[in-house]
Amino acid sequence: METIIAATPTTLNFDVQNIRKNFPILNEQVHGHPLIYFDNAATTQKPRQVIEAISDYYQHSNANVHRAIHTLGEQATEGYEEARRKIARFINAESEKQIIFTRGTTESINLVASAWGEKFVGQGDEIIVTEMEHHSNLIPWQLLAEKVGAKLRYIPFTEDGTLDTSLFETLLNKQTKIVALTHMSNVFGTINPIKKIVRLAHDRGIPVLLDGAQSVPHLPIDVQSLDCDFLAFSGHKMVGPTGIGVLYAKTNRLENMNPYQGGGEMINAVWLDRATWAEIPHKFEAGTPNIAGAIGLGAAIDFLQQIGMKQITLYEQQLTTYALERMTRFKEMTIYGHAPERGSAISFNLGSIHPHDMAQFLDQYGVAIRAGHHCAQPIMRKLNVAAVNRASFYFYNTTEEIDAFIDVLKKARDFFDF
Amino acid sequence: MDSEFRELYQQIILDHNKSPRNYGHLDDATHVLDGQNPVCGDHYTIYLKVKDNIIEQARFEGSGCAISKASASIMTETIKGKTIEEADRYFEWFHKILTGSVDVNESLLKVGKLAAFAGVADFPVRVKCATLAWHTMHNALHNKKERVSTEEDEA
Ligand SMILES: Cc1ncc(COP(=O)(O)O)c(C=O)c1O
Repeated sequence: METIIAATPTTLNFDVQNIRKNFPILNEQVHGHPLIYFDNAATTQKPRQVIEAISDYYQHSNANVHRAIHTLGEQATEGYEEARRKIARFINAESEKQIIFTRGTTESINLVASAWGEKFVGQGDEIIVTEMEHHSNLIPWQLLAEKVGAKLRYIPFTEDGTLDTSLFETLLNKQTKIVALTHMSNVFGTINPIKKIVRLAHDRGIPVLLDGAQSVPHLPIDVQSLDCDFLAFSGHKMVGPTGIGVLYAKTNRLENMNPYQGGGEMINAVWLDRATWAEIPHKFEAGTPNIAGAIGLGAAIDFLQQIGMKQITLYEQQLTTYALERMTRFKEMTIYGHAPERGSAISFNLGSIHPHDMAQFLDQYGVAIRAGHHCAQPIMRKLNVAAVNRASFYFYNTTEEIDAFIDVLKKARDFFDF
Repeated sequence: MDSEFRELYQQIILDHNKSPRNYGHLDDATHVLDGQNPVCGDHYTIYLKVKDNIIEQARFEGSGCAISKASASIMTETIKGKTIEEADRYFEWFHKILTGSVDVNESLLKVGKLAAFAGVADFPVRVKCATLAWHTMHNALHNKKERVSTEEDEA
């Protein structure tokens, strides 16, 4: 198993109380208790720096991008393009031309499934995904497969919520056109062995798409070292705003793809009956983009880099280990996912308490977790549960919050009395 | 813990959740129907045995949250031995209780244990949990064969 975290012998130097001061929402009270926000895999809270970057943009620089020959237009364009450069550096892309702004992970994957997929996947071809995908890395491929007459194949997961990679090689064949999988599972927390998967796929010339919705916010990411062909992620899960996300892709992939949507910004020259396309990345960004969102995401990346992604990973590892240790002391506790390499999303059930009752109970004490199928119904079906609870941490959470959470779990157990 | 929460999870609801009544399969059922809430995964099967317009037996099977399970359990108790028309009337009352449009204290005699669900009115997202078994029972009684899905209510 590749070690993503242990390979960096950094010592932890983390002043969480100081970091928390940047997040105004962490001072909120819920039902008379301090908010304990453990729903970070769904979306994260925003620091003052991000909120201010967005409001500064609207107060001082608002204009359309790439069109206006006036000061504000230049400022807006510069802010938007600077955000693109920040993102490229953040994931170590070779060029900012490989960074396409989208609405989020979901749109990034749909973009690939349609603009790349409809050109390169045909009748009888095969698309490999895993059984642990979020619906947003499953449905776009189902739609593509239906449209072109291709077939989906699945890498199964084992009892501990890790991929059965021994089966992966047997799925690869001449018809395989792409492998699309999650870097980190939003249900099990599992960090998948991407380098191994990429190597096996590339040996056969097959591209790999990574769903980075859960990994990019929590791990240092180097797309050149991962060598993935596509990487999709969302700003709102990494202290950025909603409605902005990223598709990274290798240059040759982007250049050979169809356009995604048609409209302004994405063209070079237009006649009444035809058009030529703008250079990448603009070819894939039709219409006025989410300028404020991009600038907000740039500020989010500045914020994360100031703390340091290695520090964030190490701190979260500590929190997760601590939480798992305390949670498993309940004898009625079921944890879903026991991967040795894992992130900070912990899915669980406590005795026979239904997740919706649990989430409603925790909310009474200010604790926000997620209950449900987590947009992964095939996982739930295989686990044979209707729903699970999920607590997911970010770098602004504390061990004291985990202690408080454990105390409320005890109260829930007594309240529902099993 | 605030009072609305206490109202939602009354003792009687917790009790029926923990020890559901009339739980399990019914071999000689005359009416059987599945109901599910696809959003939260709640899923129940309702079994009814109707003879001469009387619901002689009512049982249920399945899984879901405390509200949905207690609702199914109390429903089977409520309608057992009643006529189809009476069951329909309870069905209507139950809806009124959940929308807060009936004063349960005033009509306590009529609605009985169903009054325990008055607190659900304060939690709109939980109303579907409470009504799932009732819709399923109602459709089963009136021989609607399609399985109940809470999401179709709104279509
Ligand atoms: C693994 C994974 N993929 C994709 C998504 C979808 O992200 P978004 O809704 O931001 O497009 C999520 C988030 O819910 C996720 O956890």
